[in-house]
Amino acid sequence: MDRSTLERLNAVRRDRKAAILVTDLASGAERLVAEESAMSDPLALELSARFRSGRSGLLAEPGQGEVFLTVHLPPPRLVMIGAVHISQALAPMARIAGFDITIIDPRTAFATEERFPDARPLAEWPQDALETAPLDGFTALAALTHDPKIDDMPLAAALAAGCFYVGALGSRKTHAKRVDRLRGMGVSEEDVARIRAPIGLAIGAQSPAEIAVSILAETISALRQRGTAA
Amino acid sequence: MTLLGTDDRDPLSIAEAWLAEGRAVALATVVETWGSAPRPVGSHLVVDGEGRFEGSVSGGCVEGAVVGEAAEVLAEGKPRLLEFGVADETAWRVGLSCGGRIRIYVERVG
Repeated sequence: MDRSTLERLNAVRRDRKAAILVTDLASGAERLVAEESAMSDPLALELSARFRSGRSGLLAEPGQGEVFLTVHLPPPRLVMIGAVHISQALAPMARIAGFDITIIDPRTAFATEERFPDARPLAEWPQDALETAPLDGFTALAALTHDPKIDDMPLAAALAAGCFYVGALGSRKTHAKRVDRLRGMGVSEEDVARIRAPIGLAIGAQSPAEIAVSILAETISALRQRGTAA
Repeated sequence: MTLLGTDDRDPLSIAEAWLAEGRAVALATVVETWGSAPRPVGSHLVVDGEGRFEGSVSGGCVEGAVVGEAAEVLAEGKPRLLEFGVADETAWRVGLSCGGRIRIYVERVG
């Protein structure tokens, strides 16, 4: 591998972007394909499938030698707005499923170490917390407080940042009002339509833990279908 | 696949740091596995010109042989494909049924 390729690859990984290194095993020839330029690559279809699955592997090109695809996806992150009962169940489940988790709630009585012994919740306003850990395309955001003062700003920010999953807790009525407020903040119709509300897969969840399962399942589904719905 | 949290001993970051120190660097990558293999496809091991290494392609089973091959790849500059059977003893020790095989690509970096 060329030193410049290695340096570019590491830079992409530090930026939390996805890339695939394509290596011809016979000649050692290589190319680094960033996710945004995958569609213009000769292996476009294969690459786009692997950007979703995250799986590295060999590809036998007809009439040519073997090509190895090293798939680099950033670790997926789940940002929970609200240190609420659902977050207490969702945090450990999401961590087990492989997500880096962030919990943000400016209400200091909610965001305590005692309620979240392993999650180090941030007792800050989302606009402050998200300044140090910006949202990106490999981040999911679940707004769980019901409180417009806390939920609205991160929802708009998540849509603007292209988060792969944006969900918001609340009834249809609550969500209709939220949609009006977001439109008022200048969020486009297309973006508003990306919000999953009511949040979570329809599995008939009742308890906070069951709702957490439905949110996590919907998040994983969105992660594995990134880019295909658009 | 690089999906789980950031790793301080990330082989690709180490490879870049070693190059910056002026060391010769080879990279080994698991490209194919059959049966029970201890490390998944895409796992990396990085080796310098003096045989120091970081990372893992087999959980300790074939690293010694890979480091030896890496020295030759560094000398010749041409990549190599290696194939190993995973010893039954190792397979048993890590809780695998036994008899896995792995193919490893070794290349010079820089």
